[in-house]
Amino acid sequence: MRQSLINEGAMGRNLVIRRLGGIGLWLNPLFAYFFLWAPILILVLFSFNNSRSVASFTGFTLTWYSNILNNMMGAESAFSTEIMLNAFRNSLFVGTVATAISTVLGTMIALAMARGRFRGKPLLDGLLFLPVVIPEITQAISLAIFFKVVFDWVALMSGERIFPGFHTIIAAHVTFNISYVAIVVRARLADMDPQLEEAANDLGANPWQAFWRVTFPLILPGVISGALLAFTLSLDDFVITFFTSGVGTSTLPVFVYGLLKLTVTPEVNAISTIMMVLSTILIGISLAIQGRTASRA
Amino acid sequence: MRQNGFLLALPTIAWLVVFFVLPLVIVLVVSFMSRGRGGVAELPFTPAHYERAFGIFSIILWRSIGLAGLTTVVCLVVGYPLAFFISTRRRRLVQQIALFLVILPFWTNFLIRTYAWRILLGEQGTINGLLLSLGMIDEPLTMLNTQFAVLVGLVYGFLPFMVLPIYASVERFNFRYVDAANDLGANDVRTFMRVVLPLTLPGVLAGCALVFIPSVGAFVTPDLLGGTKGLMIGNLINNQFGGSGNMPLGSALSIVMMAVVMLSLLVYVFANRRDAGA
Repeated sequence: MRQSLINEGAMGRNLVIRRLGGIGLWLNPLFAYFFLWAPILILVLFSFNNSRSVASFTGFTLTWYSNILNNMMGAESAFSTEIMLNAFRNSLFVGTVATAISTVLGTMIALAMARGRFRGKPLLDGLLFLPVVIPEITQAISLAIFFKVVFDWVALMSGERIFPGFHTIIAAHVTFNISYVAIVVRARLADMDPQLEEAANDLGANPWQAFWRVTFPLILPGVISGALLAFTLSLDDFVITFFTSGVGTSTLPVFVYGLLKLTVTPEVNAISTIMMVLSTILIGISLAIQGRTASRA
Repeated sequence: MRQNGFLLALPTIAWLVVFFVLPLVIVLVVSFMSRGRGGVAELPFTPAHYERAFGIFSIILWRSIGLAGLTTVVCLVVGYPLAFFISTRRRRLVQQIALFLVILPFWTNFLIRTYAWRILLGEQGTINGLLLSLGMIDEPLTMLNTQFAVLVGLVYGFLPFMVLPIYASVERFNFRYVDAANDLGANDVRTFMRVVLPLTLPGVLAGCALVFIPSVGAFVTPDLLGGTKGLMIGNLINNQFGGSGNMPLGSALSIVMMAVVMLSLLVYVFANRRDAGA
Protein backbone atom coordinates (compact mmCIF):
# COMPACT_ATOMS: atom_id res chain seq x y z
CA MET A 1 0.00 0.00 0.00
CA ARG A 2 2.67 2.44 1.06
CA GLN A 3 4.91 1.29 -1.72
CA SER A 4 2.34 2.04 -4.42
CA LEU A 5 1.61 5.49 -2.96
CA ILE A 6 5.26 6.44 -3.27
CA ASN A 7 5.31 5.18 -6.82
CA GLU A 8 2.21 7.17 -7.70
CA GLY A 9 3.80 10.26 -6.20
CA ALA A 10 6.93 9.69 -8.25
CA MET A 11 4.90 9.08 -11.39
CA GLY A 12 2.87 12.24 -10.77
CA ARG A 13 6.05 14.20 -10.36
CA ASN A 14 7.41 12.72 -13.58
CA LEU A 15 4.27 13.72 -15.40
CA VAL A 16 4.53 17.29 -14.12
CA ILE A 17 8.16 17.45 -15.22
CA ARG A 18 7.22 16.10 -18.62
CA ARG A 19 4.37 18.60 -19.03
CA LEU A 20 6.49 21.57 -17.97
CA GLY A 21 9.35 20.33 -20.11
CA GLY A 22 7.02 20.00 -23.06
CA ILE A 23 5.77 23.57 -22.64
CA GLY A 24 9.34 24.80 -22.22
CA LEU A 25 10.46 22.99 -25.35
CA TRP A 26 7.82 24.87 -27.33
CA LEU A 27 8.34 28.25 -25.70
CA ASN A 28 12.11 28.13 -26.10
CA PRO A 29 12.29 28.17 -29.92
CA LEU A 30 9.55 30.80 -30.07
CA PHE A 31 11.53 33.04 -27.76
CA ALA A 32 14.87 32.25 -29.44
CA TYR A 33 13.68 33.01 -32.97
CA PHE A 34 11.99 36.18 -31.79
CA PHE A 35 15.19 37.21 -30.02
CA LEU A 36 17.31 36.51 -33.11
CA TRP A 37 15.05 38.28 -35.59
CA ALA A 38 13.34 41.14 -33.76
CA PRO A 39 16.36 43.48 -33.63
CA ILE A 40 17.07 43.11 -37.33
CA LEU A 41 13.43 43.56 -38.34
CA ILE A 42 13.07 46.59 -36.05
CA LEU A 43 16.20 48.12 -37.59
CA VAL A 44 14.82 47.67 -41.10
CA LEU A 45 11.38 48.90 -40.07
CA PHE A 46 12.68 52.15 -38.57
CA SER A 47 14.81 52.89 -41.62
CA PHE A 48 11.42 53.52 -43.30
CA ASN A 49 9.84 55.45 -40.43
CA ASN A 50 8.70 58.96 -41.33
CA SER A 51 9.79 60.46 -38.01
CA ARG A 52 13.27 60.53 -36.49
CA SER A 53 11.98 58.64 -33.45
CA VAL A 54 12.63 54.93 -32.98
CA ALA A 55 10.02 54.72 -30.20
CA SER A 56 7.03 54.20 -32.48
CA PHE A 57 6.36 53.69 -36.16
CA THR A 58 4.31 56.54 -37.54
CA GLY A 59 4.37 56.08 -41.28
CA PHE A 60 6.35 55.03 -44.33
CA THR A 61 9.02 57.13 -46.05
CA LEU A 62 12.08 56.75 -48.24
CA THR A 63 13.54 60.12 -47.15
CA TRP A 64 16.47 58.59 -45.26
CA TYR A 65 17.56 56.52 -48.23
CA SER A 66 17.53 59.56 -50.52
CA ASN A 67 19.37 61.55 -47.83
CA ILE A 68 22.24 59.05 -47.90
CA LEU A 69 22.65 59.44 -51.63
CA ASN A 70 22.33 63.23 -51.48
CA ASN A 71 24.94 63.90 -48.83
CA MET A 72 22.40 64.92 -46.21
CA MET A 73 22.91 63.22 -42.89
CA GLY A 74 21.27 65.58 -40.45
CA ALA A 75 23.80 66.76 -37.90
CA GLU A 76 26.58 64.36 -38.89
CA SER A 77 29.41 66.17 -40.61
CA ALA A 78 31.52 63.03 -40.65
CA PHE A 79 29.34 61.69 -43.41
CA SER A 80 29.51 62.24 -47.10
CA THR A 81 28.33 59.94 -49.85
CA GLU A 82 31.79 60.25 -51.41
CA ILE A 83 33.59 59.05 -48.26
CA MET A 84 31.17 56.13 -47.94
CA LEU A 85 31.69 54.98 -51.54
CA ASN A 86 35.42 55.42 -51.14
CA ALA A 87 35.35 53.22 -48.02
CA PHE A 88 33.40 50.61 -49.98
CA ARG A 89 36.02 50.66 -52.77
CA ASN A 90 38.77 50.30 -50.14
CA SER A 91 36.96 47.27 -48.71
CA LEU A 92 36.73 45.58 -52.09
CA PHE A 93 40.40 46.31 -52.87
CA VAL A 94 41.68 45.04 -49.51
CA GLY A 95 39.36 42.01 -49.67
CA THR A 96 40.47 41.03 -53.17
CA VAL A 97 44.22 41.32 -52.58
CA ALA A 98 44.11 39.70 -49.11
CA THR A 99 41.97 36.85 -50.47
CA ALA A 100 44.35 36.18 -53.37
CA ILE A 101 47.44 36.01 -51.14
CA SER A 102 45.83 34.06 -48.32
CA THR A 103 44.23 31.54 -50.69
CA VAL A 104 47.64 30.71 -52.20
CA LEU A 105 49.41 30.55 -48.81
CA GLY A 106 46.57 28.65 -47.13
CA THR A 107 46.31 26.09 -49.92
CA MET A 108 50.08 25.55 -49.92
CA ILE A 109 50.22 24.82 -46.21
CA ALA A 110 47.13 22.60 -46.42
CA LEU A 111 48.82 20.53 -49.13
CA ALA A 112 52.07 20.36 -47.17
CA MET A 113 50.23 19.24 -44.04
CA ALA A 114 48.16 16.61 -45.83
CA ARG A 115 50.79 15.13 -48.15
CA GLY A 116 54.18 16.18 -46.86
CA ARG A 117 56.38 14.18 -44.55
CA PHE A 118 58.30 16.35 -42.17
CA ARG A 119 58.67 16.79 -38.46
CA GLY A 120 56.92 19.39 -36.33
CA LYS A 121 53.44 18.99 -37.74
CA PRO A 122 51.70 19.22 -34.33
CA LEU A 123 53.52 22.49 -33.74
CA LEU A 124 52.37 23.74 -37.13
CA ASP A 125 48.83 22.67 -36.26
CA GLY A 126 49.00 24.90 -33.22
CA LEU A 127 50.39 27.79 -35.27
CA LEU A 128 47.47 27.49 -37.69
CA PHE A 129 44.90 27.06 -34.92
CA LEU A 130 45.96 30.01 -32.76
CA PRO A 131 44.92 32.88 -35.06
CA VAL A 132 41.40 31.42 -35.10
CA VAL A 133 40.97 31.27 -31.32
CA ILE A 134 42.93 34.28 -30.15
CA PRO A 135 40.68 37.32 -29.39
CA GLU A 136 40.62 39.79 -32.26
CA ILE A 137 41.67 42.69 -30.07
CA THR A 138 44.88 40.90 -29.04
CA GLN A 139 45.80 40.23 -32.64
CA ALA A 140 44.86 43.79 -33.58
CA ILE A 141 47.01 45.54 -31.00
CA SER A 142 49.93 43.15 -31.48
CA LEU A 143 49.95 44.02 -35.18
CA ALA A 144 49.58 47.74 -34.43
CA ILE A 145 52.58 47.65 -32.07
CA PHE A 146 54.54 45.48 -34.50
CA PHE A 147 54.03 47.89 -37.40
CA LYS A 148 54.88 50.84 -35.19
CA VAL A 149 58.12 49.22 -34.01
CA VAL A 150 59.12 48.21 -37.54
CA PHE A 151 58.29 51.61 -39.05
CA ASP A 152 60.15 53.45 -36.27
CA TRP A 153 63.14 51.25 -36.87
CA VAL A 154 63.04 51.85 -40.64
CA ALA A 155 62.80 55.61 -40.03
CA LEU A 156 65.80 55.41 -37.72
CA MET A 157 67.88 53.44 -40.21
CA SER A 158 66.97 55.11 -43.49
CA GLY A 159 65.30 58.34 -42.43
CA GLU A 160 62.24 57.41 -44.44
CA ARG A 161 58.91 57.34 -42.65
CA ILE A 162 56.38 54.64 -43.61
CA PHE A 163 52.75 55.11 -42.59
CA PRO A 164 50.08 52.48 -42.06
CA GLY A 165 47.78 52.04 -45.04
CA PHE A 166 46.59 49.37 -47.42
CA HIS A 167 49.79 47.33 -47.03
CA THR A 168 49.31 47.02 -43.26
CA ILE A 169 45.60 46.18 -43.53
CA ILE A 170 46.25 43.59 -46.22
CA ALA A 171 49.11 42.00 -44.26
CA ALA A 172 46.80 41.76 -41.22
CA HIS A 173 43.89 40.30 -43.19
CA VAL A 174 46.10 37.70 -44.89
CA THR A 175 47.34 36.63 -41.44
CA PHE A 176 43.89 35.85 -40.06
CA ASN A 177 42.61 34.44 -43.36
CA ILE A 178 45.38 31.84 -43.89
CA SER A 179 44.08 29.56 -41.13
CA TYR A 180 40.49 29.58 -42.42
CA VAL A 181 41.59 28.79 -45.99
CA ALA A 182 43.88 26.03 -44.69
CA ILE A 183 41.07 24.47 -42.62
CA VAL A 184 38.63 24.38 -45.55
CA VAL A 185 41.17 23.05 -48.07
CA ARG A 186 42.44 20.41 -45.63
CA ALA A 187 38.89 19.16 -45.15
CA ARG A 188 38.62 18.73 -48.91
CA LEU A 189 42.01 17.00 -49.11
CA ALA A 190 40.98 14.61 -46.37
CA ASP A 191 38.07 13.46 -48.55
CA MET A 192 40.36 12.89 -51.52
CA ASP A 193 41.95 9.55 -52.30
CA PRO A 194 45.77 9.96 -52.29
CA GLN A 195 46.03 6.94 -54.57
CA LEU A 196 44.82 9.10 -57.44
CA GLU A 197 48.05 11.09 -57.25
CA GLU A 198 50.09 7.91 -56.94
CA ALA A 199 48.36 6.60 -60.06
CA ALA A 200 49.29 9.79 -61.93
CA ASN A 201 52.89 9.37 -60.79
CA ASP A 202 52.94 5.73 -61.85
CA LEU A 203 51.63 6.73 -65.25
CA GLY A 204 54.66 8.96 -65.69
CA ALA A 205 53.44 12.37 -64.60
CA ASN A 206 55.98 14.47 -62.79
CA PRO A 207 54.86 15.97 -59.45
CA TRP A 208 54.08 19.30 -61.14
CA GLN A 209 51.83 17.65 -63.76
CA ALA A 210 50.24 15.39 -61.16
CA PHE A 211 49.35 18.40 -59.09
CA TRP A 212 47.84 20.54 -61.85
CA ARG A 213 46.09 17.71 -63.71
CA VAL A 214 44.85 15.60 -60.79
CA THR A 215 45.09 17.16 -57.34
CA PHE A 216 44.21 20.74 -58.14
CA PRO A 217 40.97 20.06 -60.08
CA LEU A 218 39.84 17.79 -57.25
CA ILE A 219 40.50 20.26 -54.45
CA LEU A 220 39.29 23.27 -56.47
CA PRO A 221 35.86 23.39 -54.77
CA GLY A 222 37.63 23.52 -51.41
CA VAL A 223 39.95 26.26 -52.63
CA ILE A 224 36.98 28.27 -53.92
CA SER A 225 35.09 27.84 -50.64
CA GLY A 226 38.20 28.89 -48.74
CA ALA A 227 38.65 31.97 -50.93
CA LEU A 228 35.00 32.98 -50.53
CA LEU A 229 35.25 32.56 -46.77
CA ALA A 230 38.42 34.66 -46.73
CA PHE A 231 36.76 37.38 -48.83
CA THR A 232 33.72 37.47 -46.55
CA LEU A 233 35.85 37.64 -43.39
CA SER A 234 37.93 40.37 -44.96
CA LEU A 235 34.91 42.48 -45.93
CA ASP A 236 33.37 41.96 -42.51
CA ASP A 237 36.38 42.62 -40.31
CA PHE A 238 36.30 45.69 -38.12
CA VAL A 239 38.54 45.32 -35.07
CA ILE A 240 41.80 44.32 -36.78
CA THR A 241 41.29 46.80 -39.63
CA PHE A 242 40.52 49.58 -37.14
CA PHE A 243 43.95 49.15 -35.53
CA THR A 244 45.97 48.71 -38.72
CA SER A 245 44.42 51.27 -41.10
CA GLY A 246 45.86 54.67 -41.82
CA VAL A 247 44.48 57.98 -43.00
CA GLY A 248 42.22 57.63 -46.04
CA THR A 249 42.32 53.83 -46.09
CA SER A 250 39.27 53.14 -43.89
CA THR A 251 37.21 50.20 -45.04
CA LEU A 252 33.41 50.15 -44.98
CA PRO A 253 33.09 48.60 -41.47
CA VAL A 254 35.50 51.21 -40.05
CA PHE A 255 33.49 53.98 -41.70
CA VAL A 256 30.19 52.53 -40.47
CA TYR A 257 31.59 52.20 -36.94
CA GLY A 258 32.29 55.94 -36.94
CA LEU A 259 28.61 56.57 -37.68
CA LEU A 260 27.18 53.93 -35.30
CA LYS A 261 29.18 55.31 -32.38
CA LEU A 262 27.60 58.75 -32.64
CA THR A 263 23.85 58.40 -32.24
CA VAL A 264 20.88 56.47 -33.50
CA THR A 265 19.66 58.24 -36.66
CA PRO A 266 17.31 57.03 -39.35
CA GLU A 267 20.03 57.52 -41.98
CA VAL A 268 22.32 55.14 -40.10
CA ASN A 269 19.42 52.67 -39.96
CA ALA A 270 19.06 53.01 -43.73
CA ILE A 271 22.79 52.45 -44.35
CA SER A 272 22.69 49.41 -42.06
CA THR A 273 19.72 48.03 -43.99
CA ILE A 274 21.51 48.48 -47.30
CA MET A 275 24.61 46.74 -45.92
CA MET A 276 22.51 43.84 -44.63
CA VAL A 277 20.87 43.39 -48.01
CA LEU A 278 24.24 43.57 -49.77
CA SER A 279 25.93 41.01 -47.52
CA THR A 280 22.95 38.66 -47.77
CA ILE A 281 23.10 38.83 -51.57
CA LEU A 282 26.88 38.33 -51.51
CA ILE A 283 26.69 35.26 -49.29
CA GLY A 284 23.74 33.94 -51.30
CA ILE A 285 25.82 34.16 -54.48
CA SER A 286 28.82 32.51 -52.86
CA LEU A 287 26.66 29.64 -51.55
CA ALA A 288 25.20 29.20 -55.04
CA ILE A 289 28.70 29.04 -56.55
CA GLN A 290 29.79 26.54 -53.89
CA GLY A 291 26.71 24.43 -54.47
CA ARG A 292 27.43 24.34 -58.17
CA THR A 293 31.14 23.48 -57.87
CA ALA A 294 30.34 20.86 -55.25
CA SER A 295 27.76 19.14 -57.45
CA ARG A 296 30.13 19.21 -60.43
CA ALA A 297 33.00 17.61 -58.57
CA MET B 1 56.86 17.48 -53.04
CA ARG B 2 55.96 13.92 -52.15
CA GLN B 3 59.15 13.19 -50.29
CA ASN B 4 59.27 16.18 -48.03
CA GLY B 5 56.76 18.95 -48.48
CA PHE B 6 58.40 21.23 -45.98
CA LEU B 7 59.46 23.66 -48.72
CA LEU B 8 55.81 23.96 -49.69
CA ALA B 9 54.91 24.93 -46.13
CA LEU B 10 57.81 27.34 -45.74
CA PRO B 11 56.33 30.56 -47.23
CA THR B 12 53.20 30.27 -45.07
CA ILE B 13 55.22 29.46 -41.97
CA ALA B 14 57.44 32.46 -42.66
CA TRP B 15 54.38 34.71 -43.06
CA LEU B 16 52.81 33.51 -39.81
CA VAL B 17 56.08 33.85 -37.92
CA VAL B 18 56.56 37.44 -39.13
CA PHE B 19 52.97 38.67 -38.81
CA PHE B 20 51.66 36.53 -35.98
CA VAL B 21 54.35 35.10 -33.71
CA LEU B 22 56.76 38.03 -33.84
CA PRO B 23 54.06 40.65 -33.02
CA LEU B 24 52.98 38.57 -30.00
CA VAL B 25 56.60 38.34 -28.81
CA ILE B 26 56.92 42.12 -29.20
CA VAL B 27 53.74 42.63 -27.15
CA LEU B 28 55.18 40.41 -24.44
CA VAL B 29 58.43 42.41 -24.38
CA VAL B 30 56.65 45.80 -24.49
CA SER B 31 54.38 44.75 -21.62
CA PHE B 32 57.43 44.71 -19.33
CA MET B 33 58.76 48.10 -20.46
CA SER B 34 58.17 51.53 -18.95
CA ARG B 35 55.77 54.13 -20.26
CA GLY B 36 57.57 56.88 -22.14
CA ARG B 37 56.36 60.16 -23.60
CA GLY B 38 53.14 59.93 -25.59
CA GLY B 39 52.43 56.48 -24.17
CA VAL B 40 55.15 54.61 -26.08
CA ALA B 41 57.43 51.99 -24.56
CA GLU B 42 60.92 52.64 -23.28
CA LEU B 43 63.50 51.06 -21.00
CA PRO B 44 64.00 50.04 -18.20
CA PHE B 45 62.00 46.86 -17.74
CA THR B 46 59.37 46.87 -15.03
CA PRO B 47 56.56 44.61 -13.81
CA ALA B 48 54.49 47.69 -12.87
CA HIS B 49 51.84 47.23 -15.58
CA TYR B 50 51.05 43.71 -14.45
CA GLU B 51 50.74 44.97 -10.89
CA ARG B 52 48.15 47.49 -12.12
CA ALA B 53 46.40 44.88 -14.27
CA PHE B 54 45.87 42.67 -11.24
CA GLY B 55 45.50 45.66 -8.90
CA ILE B 56 43.19 48.55 -9.76
CA PHE B 57 42.09 46.97 -13.04
CA SER B 58 41.24 43.58 -11.56
CA ILE B 59 37.63 44.76 -11.16
CA ILE B 60 37.33 45.10 -14.94
CA LEU B 61 39.15 41.83 -15.48
CA TRP B 62 36.70 40.00 -13.23
CA ARG B 63 33.76 41.81 -14.80
CA SER B 64 34.89 40.62 -18.24
CA ILE B 65 35.26 37.03 -17.06
CA GLY B 66 31.92 37.23 -15.22
CA LEU B 67 30.05 38.67 -18.19
CA ALA B 68 31.61 36.12 -20.53
CA GLY B 69 30.67 33.31 -18.15
CA LEU B 70 27.11 34.57 -17.81
CA THR B 71 26.88 34.93 -21.61
CA THR B 72 27.98 31.30 -21.94
CA VAL B 73 25.38 30.10 -19.43
CA VAL B 74 22.53 32.05 -21.06
CA CYS B 75 23.56 30.85 -24.54
CA LEU B 76 23.61 27.26 -23.24
CA VAL B 77 20.18 27.54 -21.59
CA VAL B 78 18.65 29.07 -24.74
CA GLY B 79 20.75 27.21 -27.29
CA TYR B 80 20.58 23.62 -26.03
CA PRO B 81 16.79 23.18 -26.31
CA LEU B 82 16.86 25.15 -29.57
CA ALA B 83 19.39 22.74 -31.07
CA PHE B 84 17.09 19.86 -30.02
CA PHE B 85 14.09 21.60 -31.51
CA ILE B 86 15.87 22.00 -34.85
CA SER B 87 17.21 18.48 -35.12
CA THR B 88 13.97 16.79 -34.06
CA ARG B 89 11.87 18.33 -36.89
CA ARG B 90 10.64 15.34 -38.85
CA ARG B 91 10.70 16.86 -42.32
CA ARG B 92 14.13 17.57 -43.72
CA LEU B 93 13.01 20.87 -45.27
CA VAL B 94 11.57 22.20 -42.01
CA GLN B 95 14.79 21.26 -40.26
CA GLN B 96 16.86 23.10 -42.83
CA ILE B 97 14.68 26.20 -42.58
CA ALA B 98 14.86 26.13 -38.78
CA LEU B 99 18.65 25.96 -38.96
CA PHE B 100 18.80 28.59 -41.68
CA LEU B 101 16.79 31.01 -39.51
CA VAL B 102 19.49 30.74 -36.84
CA ILE B 103 22.36 31.29 -39.28
CA LEU B 104 20.84 34.04 -41.45
CA PRO B 105 20.99 36.89 -38.89
CA PHE B 106 24.63 35.94 -38.56
CA TRP B 107 25.35 37.07 -42.09
CA THR B 108 24.78 40.65 -41.06
CA ASN B 109 27.85 42.60 -40.05
CA PHE B 110 28.55 42.26 -36.32
CA LEU B 111 28.64 46.06 -35.89
CA ILE B 112 25.16 46.44 -37.33
CA ARG B 113 23.72 43.56 -35.31
CA THR B 114 25.08 45.19 -32.18
CA TYR B 115 23.89 48.64 -33.20
CA ALA B 116 20.34 47.29 -33.59
CA TRP B 117 20.24 46.87 -29.81
CA ARG B 118 20.92 50.58 -29.36
CA ILE B 119 17.63 51.21 -31.15
CA LEU B 120 15.81 48.74 -28.92
CA LEU B 121 17.38 49.53 -25.54
CA GLY B 122 17.80 53.31 -25.72
CA GLU B 123 16.14 55.79 -23.36
CA GLN B 124 13.88 56.81 -26.26
CA GLY B 125 14.17 53.40 -27.85
CA THR B 126 11.61 50.94 -29.11
CA ILE B 127 11.22 48.89 -25.91
CA ASN B 128 10.75 51.99 -23.73
CA GLY B 129 8.37 53.45 -26.34
CA LEU B 130 6.29 50.29 -26.31
CA LEU B 131 6.18 49.93 -22.53
CA LEU B 132 5.29 53.62 -22.06
CA SER B 133 2.49 53.53 -24.61
CA LEU B 134 1.10 50.38 -22.97
CA GLY B 135 1.21 52.17 -19.64
CA MET B 136 3.35 49.48 -18.05
CA ILE B 137 5.98 51.99 -16.93
CA ASP B 138 5.75 55.70 -16.11
CA GLU B 139 9.24 56.74 -17.04
CA PRO B 140 11.78 55.16 -19.37
CA LEU B 141 13.97 52.37 -18.01
CA THR B 142 17.74 52.77 -18.22
CA MET B 143 18.90 49.77 -20.19
CA LEU B 144 21.51 51.11 -22.59
CA ASN B 145 25.04 51.69 -21.27
CA THR B 146 24.68 49.06 -18.56
CA GLN B 147 26.16 45.61 -18.02
CA PHE B 148 22.74 44.22 -18.85
CA ALA B 149 22.96 45.73 -22.34
CA VAL B 150 26.42 44.18 -22.81
CA LEU B 151 25.10 40.78 -21.72
CA VAL B 152 22.19 40.98 -24.16
CA GLY B 153 24.53 42.09 -26.96
CA LEU B 154 27.02 39.29 -26.29
CA VAL B 155 24.32 36.61 -26.13
CA TYR B 156 22.86 37.97 -29.36
CA GLY B 157 26.25 38.04 -31.05
CA PHE B 158 27.40 34.56 -30.10
CA LEU B 159 24.24 32.42 -29.68
CA PRO B 160 24.71 30.65 -33.05
CA PHE B 161 28.22 29.57 -31.91
CA MET B 162 26.46 27.58 -29.17
CA VAL B 163 23.59 26.23 -31.27
CA LEU B 164 25.61 24.89 -34.21
CA PRO B 165 28.02 22.52 -32.42
CA ILE B 166 25.22 21.22 -30.15
CA TYR B 167 23.05 20.70 -33.24
CA ALA B 168 25.89 18.66 -34.78
CA SER B 169 26.03 16.50 -31.61
CA VAL B 170 22.27 16.00 -31.43
CA GLU B 171 22.23 15.03 -35.11
CA ARG B 172 24.46 12.08 -34.26
CA PHE B 173 22.46 11.17 -31.18
CA ASN B 174 20.42 8.00 -31.49
CA PHE B 175 17.01 8.62 -29.89
CA ARG B 176 16.49 4.89 -29.33
CA TYR B 177 18.77 5.25 -26.31
CA VAL B 178 16.02 7.34 -24.71
CA ASP B 179 13.46 4.56 -25.26
CA ALA B 180 15.94 2.04 -23.91
CA ALA B 181 16.53 4.13 -20.77
CA ASN B 182 12.78 4.52 -20.27
CA ASP B 183 12.19 0.80 -20.73
CA LEU B 184 14.84 0.12 -18.13
CA GLY B 185 12.89 2.28 -15.68
CA ALA B 186 14.74 5.60 -15.79
CA ASN B 187 12.57 8.68 -15.42
CA ASP B 188 12.93 11.73 -17.67
CA VAL B 189 15.38 13.60 -15.47
CA ARG B 190 17.54 10.54 -15.01
CA THR B 191 17.44 9.72 -18.72
CA PHE B 192 18.52 13.24 -19.54
CA MET B 193 21.35 13.34 -17.01
CA ARG B 194 22.65 9.83 -17.66
CA VAL B 195 22.02 9.35 -21.38
CA VAL B 196 21.19 12.49 -23.35
CA LEU B 197 23.56 14.97 -21.74
CA PRO B 198 26.70 12.77 -21.75
CA LEU B 199 26.20 11.87 -25.40
CA THR B 200 25.78 15.49 -26.48
CA LEU B 201 28.52 16.78 -24.19
CA PRO B 202 31.15 17.26 -26.95
CA GLY B 203 28.84 19.75 -28.66
CA VAL B 204 28.12 21.50 -25.37
CA LEU B 205 31.83 21.83 -24.55
CA ALA B 206 32.70 23.12 -28.02
CA GLY B 207 29.81 25.58 -27.88
CA CYS B 208 30.89 26.88 -24.47
CA ALA B 209 34.46 27.43 -25.68
CA LEU B 210 33.27 29.13 -28.87
CA VAL B 211 31.05 31.53 -26.88
CA PHE B 212 33.29 32.18 -23.87
CA ILE B 213 36.50 33.02 -25.73
CA PRO B 214 35.22 35.80 -28.01
CA SER B 215 33.06 37.13 -25.15
CA VAL B 216 36.06 37.61 -22.85
CA GLY B 217 37.86 39.51 -25.59
CA ALA B 218 34.82 41.48 -26.75
CA PHE B 219 35.46 45.04 -27.76
CA VAL B 220 32.67 46.14 -30.12
CA THR B 221 29.74 45.02 -27.93
CA PRO B 222 30.77 46.82 -24.71
CA ASP B 223 31.94 49.78 -26.78
CA LEU B 224 28.55 50.28 -28.46
CA LEU B 225 26.26 49.10 -25.65
CA GLY B 226 28.14 49.24 -22.35
CA GLY B 227 29.11 52.86 -21.77
CA THR B 228 31.39 53.35 -18.76
CA LYS B 229 29.38 50.97 -16.55
CA GLY B 230 29.79 48.08 -18.95
CA LEU B 231 33.48 48.66 -19.71
CA MET B 232 35.32 45.40 -20.42
CA ILE B 233 38.99 44.53 -20.70
CA GLY B 234 38.86 44.88 -24.51
CA ASN B 235 37.86 48.54 -24.17
CA LEU B 236 40.50 49.11 -21.55
CA ILE B 237 43.12 47.78 -23.96
CA ASN B 238 41.74 49.95 -26.76
CA ASN B 239 41.92 53.05 -24.54
CA GLN B 240 45.67 52.54 -24.09
CA PHE B 241 46.28 53.17 -27.77
CA GLY B 242 44.82 56.65 -28.09
CA GLY B 243 46.42 60.04 -27.46
CA SER B 244 46.70 59.75 -23.67
CA GLY B 245 47.40 56.05 -23.85
CA ASN B 246 49.91 53.72 -22.32
CA MET B 247 51.18 51.12 -24.77
CA PRO B 248 53.03 48.95 -22.23
CA LEU B 249 49.93 48.82 -20.00
CA GLY B 250 47.76 47.93 -23.02
CA SER B 251 50.23 45.18 -23.90
CA ALA B 252 50.23 43.80 -20.35
CA LEU B 253 46.42 43.77 -20.31
CA SER B 254 46.26 41.89 -23.60
CA ILE B 255 48.80 39.35 -22.36
CA VAL B 256 46.57 38.82 -19.30
CA MET B 257 43.56 38.43 -21.59
CA MET B 258 45.44 35.90 -23.69
CA ALA B 259 46.35 33.97 -20.56
CA VAL B 260 42.63 33.78 -19.66
CA VAL B 261 41.83 32.53 -23.16
CA MET B 262 44.61 29.93 -23.08
CA LEU B 263 43.45 28.75 -19.65
CA SER B 264 39.88 28.32 -20.86
CA LEU B 265 41.16 26.44 -23.92
CA LEU B 266 43.12 24.14 -21.61
CA VAL B 267 39.97 23.53 -19.57
CA TYR B 268 38.13 22.72 -22.81
CA VAL B 269 40.79 20.29 -24.04
CA PHE B 270 41.01 18.64 -20.62
CA ALA B 271 37.23 18.27 -20.29
CA ASN B 272 36.98 16.93 -23.82
CA ARG B 273 39.69 14.36 -23.20
CA ARG B 274 38.10 13.24 -19.94
CA ASP B 275 34.76 12.97 -21.72
CA ALA B 276 36.29 10.92 -24.52
CA GLY B 277 38.06 8.67 -22.02
CA ALA B 278 34.96 8.01 -19.93
